[in-house]
Order: sequence, then structure tokens, then C-alpha cells
Amino acid sequence: MLDRTFRKNLLLWTSAVCAASAAFADTGPLTEVPGDPARGLAILRDGSLPSCLICHQISSLPDRDQGQLGPTLDGVAGRFTADELRLRIIDARKISPETIMPAYYATDGLFRVGRNWAGKTIYDPQQVEDVTAYLMTLAD
Amino acid sequence: MMKPLLILVGFLSGAVAAWAGPPDGPPVSGYQMMTPETQQLQDDDFLNPAMFLVDRGITLWGREWTQGGATCQSCHSDIASDMAGVAARYPRIDPVSGQMVSLEGKIISEIAGRLGAPAPDYESEDLLALTALIGFQSRGMPMNVAVTPDSGPWIAKGKEIFETRRGQLNLSCANCHQDHWGEKLRGDTLSQGHINAFPVYRLTWSDFGSRQRMFTWCMESIRSEPYAYGSEEFLAMETYLAVRGAGLPIETPGVRR
Repeated sequence: MLDRTFRKNLLLWTSAVCAASAAFADTGPLTEVPGDPARGLAILRDGSLPSCLICHQISSLPDRDQGQLGPTLDGVAGRFTADELRLRIIDARKISPETIMPAYYATDGLFRVGRNWAGKTIYDPQQVEDVTAYLMTLAD
Repeated sequence: MMKPLLILVGFLSGAVAAWAGPPDGPPVSGYQMMTPETQQLQDDDFLNPAMFLVDRGITLWGREWTQGGATCQSCHSDIASDMAGVAARYPRIDPVSGQMVSLEGKIISEIAGRLGAPAPDYESEDLLALTALIGFQSRGMPMNVAVTPDSGPWIAKGKEIFETRRGQLNLSCANCHQDHWGEKLRGDTLSQGHINAFPVYRLTWSDFGSRQRMFTWCMESIRSEPYAYGSEEFLAMETYLAVRGAGLPIETPGVRR
């Protein structure tokens, strides 16, 4: 009985994840202008924006005090395609619903967003492209 | 075979969910996450910037709040003995009003009520100083907020707030201060988010602040709309966090990064 429910849930969950991935796998670049890796790095280091380096590490960068909470971004271009990386920046919840990673280009499913930020995304579309382009330079 | 295992798993997860404390072991004060230099700043009463509040509080203790009116001292003549352990018990259900009240809330109601003076604002120097002075009389004593049928709903509400993801960055307090304490968030070691040292002098602010100022700062950091000073939400958070950190020694007046 429980076993069957579990299997049914697993099936539902798997198909939901596949559907979400499929829906987003086709999400190409958000802008016409190709991402600029140099601008992406600058965005990543901009203290006024929630930086990848708060939680992640990029050991090729000299920046001190990099984060430990998320997986390293070293070699990340070898693990994901640009589309897969972009999706994780846009809204990592689509991959892993319980992730603590903020969605950088989504406004849904949020609670008590500050009045200065209401309805706004962390990155604008070009920033998503630029950061994606920078991360795609991080091959092994 | 399957069923007993499931029952065991169910029991264990129920037990974990019911337990309010951090997941692994007794609570750890944020003091343990500070650099030796910052620890020294707190430990040395002559260096500790927050001792200014205690000194200021001593002056206010003897102050007439209305001309020719009563002072704090009029009723509480020996602060060291009268106020020992008091801060460690707040927030509490006030025996007079029957309402849950924080230490700041109690001081405000005493000044505005019994002493007949305008209520001091949250984060005003007067309120911080009196809170620090009273807190100082409990320094080294364990936080000891009573868990009663009356305080239970406040604790539960505070826990819910603590665990609710919020803001543009969509983080709960628990995401960092429960699940990742001890890890580095950029240069800072994440604390367990305890409240046993407040009011503090915070180096990041170059200023003093209450527990509720810290809540406000954290919520704004994750781009969330903070609750109001003195709100039921912040009072519930204080109550929950006091219980979550029960047994931690009061460090008031503390220093934090």
C-alpha cells in the first residue's frame, strides 16, 4: 500500500521534473546580445548584487573570502551546457525545488519581498547572459 | 520488516520536528564564531564599546522621568540583586497584563505607565541603555524563558517565522543559521542566530543594536520586508529564539562582527 503510493509519487515527481526540464531545456538566450564573459565577471564581483561568490568558489579568482555553501564552480562549463547553466541561474528551483539558491530571474513563489525589490528580479536578462557566458569559460 | 522500519522512521522524524533546537548538539553562542580580537573586545569591560550603554543605563536608573517624579530606583533600589536573572527570563507572559512582553516592551510600559513619561522609541539610546543595564545584571546566567501553555503559541509562531523562506533571495533564517551554521558565507562564519548577547555593539554598524534591529538587518539583507519594531512577529521570534538557545549564558552587553 505504502509502497505503491511511494512509487506513484516517485513517478509523478520524476515526470514533473522531466516536464520542467523539457520546458526549460529549450529556453535559449534571454537576449539577442551574446553574453560577455568580462561583464559577467564584473557582475559577479559587484558588491551591490548577490554574488555567486557569497556561496560558491571559483579557485581561479584571487578574490578572498569565497563562499562554502554551494558546490564549487570550478570546471562548471564541463558539467553543464550554457542552457543548463542559464536555467540554474534563472531559477534553480526548477531543478531542485528545495535548493537554497535564490532565483536570479524569477519573481514567483516569493514571500514578503522588500518594497524596494517587489516585482523585480535579481539580474536583468543581459546580466543572466553575461554571467552565463563567464561561467562557460570555467572549463577544467 | 517494512512496517516497523517505517514506524521507526516516522517516530524519529516526528521527534526531530518537535525539537526546537539546532539539529546537532547543544546551542553554540555566536561568540564562538568571532575572531579572538572581537572576543577580547567583548571580554574586556574597559574596551567593550557596549559598556557605554551600561554606564548610560546607570545614570538613567536614577533619573526622574517627570519633574519630581519617580525613578526606576524608587522601586528597584538595589539593581544588582533586584534585576539579577530578570533579562534571562524575557520575553515572558507579564503577570500584570497577562500579555507576552519583551524586555524592551516591559521597560517601555513601565516608563509610559508607572513613570508617566513619553514612551521611549525602539533603538533610542535610552531604551538600549536600560535594556543593556538590566541585561548586564544577568550576565553569565543561562537564558531561561519559560515554556508554558501561554507561551507555547508564541514559540510555535516564532519557529514558523524562523523557518519561512522570504524576500527576493528566498531564504529562511533556518536555511543559514540552522542548516549551515559554522560554514563560511563569504568572510563570515555563519552563527546559529542566537540572541543571548543583545543589546550589542556591532562592528558592521559601528553602532549599538537590539535583537529586533538584528532581525531587521537580516531580513533587509535577504531583501525581505522586515516586521515592525515591537510587532507580534518580532516578539514571537524573540520568544522562540530564547527557547531555542535556552541555557546559553547571557553575554549582555555583547560585541558582534
